[in-house]
Amino acid sequence: MRDARLLVRALRDPDGLGLLSAGDWSALVAAARAEQLIGSLAFRLEGRPLPGRVEAILAGARHDAAQARTQALWEAEMARRALAPLDLPVILLKGTAFHAADLQASEGRSVGDLDILLPRERLEAAEEGLVAAGWERLKPADGYDDLYYRRWMHELPPLIHRTRDRMIDVHHTILPPTARPTPDAAALIEASVALPNGLRMLSPADMIVHAAAHLFADGDLAGGLRNLWDIDRLLREFAAGSADFWPMLAQRAERHQLGKAVALALRLARRLYATPVDAGLAGRDRPTDRLFEARLLARNGWGQEKSKLLRFAFYVRGHWLRMPPLMLARHLWVKARG
Amino acid sequence: MKHRLSLQIGPVSFRIGSAWAEPLDALARLYAGYSEPEDGIADFTVRLEPEQIWRRWIRPSVAIRGDYILPDALPLALAHGLLAAEMGMNLQMALGQKRFLLLHAASAEKDGRALIMTGESGAGKSTLAALLGERGWRLMGDEFALLDLDEGRLHPFPRAVSLKNKAIAVMEQEVPGDRFGPRLEDTPKGTIRHLRPNQEALGRMGESARPALILFPRFGAAEAIRGVGQAEIFMRLTQASTNYVTLGAAGFDALAKLVGACPAAAIDYPDTGTAIGLVEELWREAA
Repeated sequence: MRDARLLVRALRDPDGLGLLSAGDWSALVAAARAEQLIGSLAFRLEGRPLPGRVEAILAGARHDAAQARTQALWEAEMARRALAPLDLPVILLKGTAFHAADLQASEGRSVGDLDILLPRERLEAAEEGLVAAGWERLKPADGYDDLYYRRWMHELPPLIHRTRDRMIDVHHTILPPTARPTPDAAALIEASVALPNGLRMLSPADMIVHAAAHLFADGDLAGGLRNLWDIDRLLREFAAGSADFWPMLAQRAERHQLGKAVALALRLARRLYATPVDAGLAGRDRPTDRLFEARLLARNGWGQEKSKLLRFAFYVRGHWLRMPPLMLARHLWVKARG
Repeated sequence: MKHRLSLQIGPVSFRIGSAWAEPLDALARLYAGYSEPEDGIADFTVRLEPEQIWRRWIRPSVAIRGDYILPDALPLALAHGLLAAEMGMNLQMALGQKRFLLLHAASAEKDGRALIMTGESGAGKSTLAALLGERGWRLMGDEFALLDLDEGRLHPFPRAVSLKNKAIAVMEQEVPGDRFGPRLEDTPKGTIRHLRPNQEALGRMGESARPALILFPRFGAAEAIRGVGQAEIFMRLTQASTNYVTLGAAGFDALAKLVGACPAAAIDYPDTGTAIGLVEELWREAA
C-alpha cells in the first residue's frame, strides 16, 4: 500500500499505523509532500516513536507550517490595512481563515494565496485600494484572461504584491457565475463572523459549503486530499462545538444550491478519513463515489500522479461544471490557439 | 519507478527514480564507493521522467521532478541524464532542506576545523575545494555547506564535484581518470565533468567540523587580500543561502553565531596556484 492510501491511513489513524518498512516511510513522506499534507501529517504523528530521520523531516515540516502561518496572517493584515479606508467587510477564506480563527484545520496547513471575499459592488474600489498598496496585476489588462476573469469568474484576476511576491485572490462569491448552482453571496457575507484581527470569516456551515463547492463543484480535484482533510477537521470541530450544526449545514447547503456537493463531501470524508457525519445529510452511497475516491487517491509512493485517464476525465468534468458547453468550446479554442 | 538508486551524501539521503536505465547507470558508476542510507529511508525523492508519455521514446527528454520542483525548469537531453540526476538532488536540497542552514559554498576541513568558500558562479570555489581536497585537506563539499542550527558545526555534503569548462583540465592533471564521470558537452552550463571526491572525503562524510575561516574567492583579478566587515559577511552569506528566509529566527541565530566566530577575507587570484597559497596563508593566520 505504498501510495496515497497509506497517507490517508496515517492521517486518519496515526496510532493504528503499525510498523512501517523503510520503503513505506519514504513513500509516505513523498506522497504527503506531493499532496501538500506533510505539515498536517507532521502534527498528526507528533510525539509518537518514529525513525530518527522521519522525526527530523516532520520537525522541519512543523517549522515550515509555523512559518507559513506567520506569513499568511501577515498577508491578511496587509490586506486589512490596504482596505481599511473603504469600510467594507473583508472575509478571509480557506487556509488563512483557519489560521486566523485558530481552527484545528490550521494545524500544519500550508497556505498559498490569500483568498478574500467582498461584496461584488465594492470590487472595483477594493482592486484600486490593493493596487495603491503595492499589489500588481498578473495578467495583462484587457487580454483574454483578464477579460475572462472579470466577466465570467467569481474572483478578480489574481494580483501579486510587488515586494512580498504573494498573491491575493479577491472573490465576490464562491463559484463562477457560469456554474449551474448559484450560491447566495449576500447571505455568505450576512452570516459571516468577526475575527479578533478585525477581519471576518464565513460562518461554520458556510465554510463547509465553500470547501465542498471548491472541491466538487469547481475544478478537477487537484489537491483534493488536502481539501478533504480540511473538511474532516472542520466537520469534527464544528459538530463538537454546536448541537445544531448539522441542521444548520443542511439549511445553508440548500440555500446556496450546493446540497449535492455537500452530501458528496460528507460521504467522501467519511469514506477516506472516517469522519463522523450526519447520515441523513450525507445520503446513500452512490456508485460514482468510488470514482471520486479513486481520483483523490491517484498518487503513488514516488509522489507521481497515476490514473492519467481518470485524471483527464475529472479535468474535463471540472470545465464542464464551470461553464456551459458553447462557452467551453470557445474557451478551449482560444486556449489551444494561444 | 522502473529504475532506482539510493544514496547517502553526508547526513542527507536520496532516493532517485528514473524512467530510463542510462542516467542511473552513470550515477551508480560516478558514486561508486558511496553507501546506501543505513536506515533505508529517503530524506528526498528525485524523479527523472519523460515530460510527456511519448517523450520516453521519441526524442527522449528528461524532466527533473521530485518532492520539490521548479515549475519552469527545462528538461535535459537523455545524454545529459547524469546532470539531470545531480540537478534533481541539488534542487531538493535548495528547496527542501530544513535541518541545516544551507550555504551555497564549498568547504574543506583540516585538523577538525572547516574552511568555507563562497562566491558567485565562476568564482572558482568548486575548483579550489577540489584542489585542496587533493593537497592535504579533506573535501567537505563543492556546492552546499550545511550549518547545524543548534551547535553551529559544519556538516559535509561531499557529492561529486561539478567541474565546468576550463576547470576540467585543471583537475584532470591532478586526479586519476577513474574518478571522473563522462564528459558532458553542450549542457546549459557549457561542458561539465563530474569528479568523485577521494576516499578520505567519502570515508569521513559523517564527520562534522567547527567553522574556522570564511573566504570569498574571486578568479581573474590580480592577487589581493581584502578585509570584509562583519555586516557585509553576514549579508553575503544570506545571499548565498537558499533557506535563510524560510528558517526564520533559527537561521538568523545560526548565521550570526557563524559570523561572530569566524574571521573572513575576500581574495582575488589570477591562477589556482596563487589561490592555494593565499588560502594556506590565511589559514595559518586564522589558526
